[in-house]
Amino acid sequence: MRAFSAIAAAIVRGFVRDRASLFFAVVFPLMFLVFFGGVLSDRGQPAAELVQVGDLALVEALSPEARDAFDAAFDVRRVDDLDTALEQVRSGDADVALRQDGGTLVAHYTQTDQVQAAVTQATLRALVDGTNVALLAQEAGSAVPFALDVERVEDESLTVIQFVTPGLLGWAIATSAAIGAAATLQGWRQTKLMRRLQLAPVRTRTIVSARVVVTLGIALVQTAIFLGVGMAFFGLSLTGSWWMAVPLVLVGTLCFMALGLLAGALTTTAEAAVNAANFMVLPMAFLSGSFFSLDGAPRWLQTISDLMPLKHLNDGMLDVMVRGEGPAAALPVLGILAAFALVVTLVAAKLFRWESV
Amino acid sequence: MTAIRVRDLTKVYGEVRAVDGVDLDVADGEFVGVLGPNGAGKTTLLEVVEGLRRPDSGTVEVLGEQVWPRNAAVLPRIGVQLQASAFFERLTAREQIRTFAALYDVSPARADDWLERVGLAEKASARVEDLSGGQAQRLSIACALVHDPELVFLDEPTASLDPQARRNLWDLLAGINEAGRTVVLTTHYMDEAEVLCDRVAVMDSGRVLQVGSPAELVRHLDAPARIIVAPGQLDEAGARGIAGTESVEVGPDGTVLTTRHPADVVARLGELGALDGVRVQTGTLEDVFLALTGRSYRA
Ligand SMILES: Nc1ncnc2c1ncn2[C@@H]1O[C@H](COP(=O)(O)OP(=O)(O)OP(=O)(O)O)[C@@H](O)[C@H]1O
Ligand SMILES: [Mg+2]
Repeated sequence: MRAFSAIAAAIVRGFVRDRASLFFAVVFPLMFLVFFGGVLSDRGQPAAELVQVGDLALVEALSPEARDAFDAAFDVRRVDDLDTALEQVRSGDADVALRQDGGTLVAHYTQTDQVQAAVTQATLRALVDGTNVALLAQEAGSAVPFALDVERVEDESLTVIQFVTPGLLGWAIATSAAIGAAATLQGWRQTKLMRRLQLAPVRTRTIVSARVVVTLGIALVQTAIFLGVGMAFFGLSLTGSWWMAVPLVLVGTLCFMALGLLAGALTTTAEAAVNAANFMVLPMAFLSGSFFSLDGAPRWLQTISDLMPLKHLNDGMLDVMVRGEGPAAALPVLGILAAFALVVTLVAAKLFRWESV
Repeated sequence: MTAIRVRDLTKVYGEVRAVDGVDLDVADGEFVGVLGPNGAGKTTLLEVVEGLRRPDSGTVEVLGEQVWPRNAAVLPRIGVQLQASAFFERLTAREQIRTFAALYDVSPARADDWLERVGLAEKASARVEDLSGGQAQRLSIACALVHDPELVFLDEPTASLDPQARRNLWDLLAGINEAGRTVVLTTHYMDEAEVLCDRVAVMDSGRVLQVGSPAELVRHLDAPARIIVAPGQLDEAGARGIAGTESVEVGPDGTVLTTRHPADVVARLGELGALDGVRVQTGTLEDVFLALTGRSYRA
């Protein structure tokens, strides 16, 4: 037990004093969290640039609330002739040119920015429809008979921070577990520390479990920091069985340590091992929806994604942390991750040699 | 009891026979040096004896036990300083030795004592990466000795030490040897082997060429002594006239006579009144070493 805690303490000290590994384990992923959670979600959809050609009676006639929505959606500039307005749209100085032709609003836009075009179109249509409904209601001499309530699908109700926290956390854990294992394995091999430890009366099992326990501890600290920062600064709110994230994080860490061991077994220097680990984890993070959702991705990409352990870890954490699913939702994921960890560890152990001879 | 018994030991790396049919016995409490040029196989021999490498053939017994496969019964009884320092990254000297102490269930206080004994008390809070080569070497030795092992292996312990640290380490090693510990070390310094070792084994190309006490080896070498007479004390003809002189060489520092009968020659020099400033150089372990292993560079 003394040997175990001495080795564990030595590893923890080595980790905490290594600025680079601290940075990549904690600070770097947090920067992403701040970026996605803070910057992106505050900004929302940018206002579209609208050039108004002459007077727009319909816009003037908007109800106060509709007028607010219009102002929020568009930055309005006024020009007097259509040609100038069209030229501005064509050259990208404006997103849309709007004129009124009798009872019809005519919007000119390009399809260069399809998202912006779609948003513009939808907003304008909503304004026109809204005004029509209001006018109809006025003619009928009654209050508006019905209001349109939008019922959103649950996934869309996840604000940006809810969606990105589990994915970024998954990526952070995967990176530091894989790199930690790869670097330790190679580092100990190179510095001959492992040979020196073989001459001390400690079991290899003790050494390995000290390393594993430390990495698990680091992963839990990463989780606590992530969730703490998310909740304190970006309005992250966790759902019912979020605590199931703890076993998910632990088993996920084992899984990525195994990948790190494999990277260490396939390479001969610590630098190469770290690069190999990065090379495995970073593309996997993209393919696993750590940075953006893959819901809109092509079928074949989603199939590849399903083969990635990180995708399952991310999904499992989303389920229990923000989608409000019960603890049972994490069980299949735990099984998949554990199986993956086992297989990869066996392969790595098969390939690994302490010595080239 | 014999501390180490090695019989017909061979270790091959691909084409290289790093250790080639070595027999070696080390008695309890003995201080043994392994000498040899670079690549002679000293480190490999030690590593096989320590149980770090599997021998290709032959037998090794350490403190009456087998060492391969890894034998937990032997490990607490031996202390090893590897040729390349092996440390936990980013720990201070004190944390380092306390960690090793914990592996052997030795108290932190005793670990701190050892820092003191190798003169690193001032560097206790320095990270191992910031120690000088010689300081790291001393820390590595302290880590090998921290659990007071019966049998100590040191692979070039004094390489990269300054003269003070070297002498201090000699005292320390002589001390633990006097306290009954068996010590096996490798070295390239012949003076060190002569001062410290009860016996030395001279190795080359994986083989042990000779084993014996330094004095025995020198005697066995039968090298002539060199007697240097100060300038102006004796002319060349006079020198050649002395019975037992094999050769005479006159140089700016004096006249050099080589002889296998130094006592007779010195007596004759006394009769001639040429003793002022006379120096006598007898054969050294270095001569033995060079005679056995030649002068060409090793890979
Ligand atoms: N791990 C290894 N793989 C392949 N060859 C090796 C290995 N270790 C040593 N050798 C070779 O075995 C031979 C003996 O090496 P060894 O390290 O035992 O020499 P040494 O006597 O300790 O030399 P030095 O005085 O330089 O420390 C050398 O030719 C060396 O190149
Ligand atoms: Mg060596």
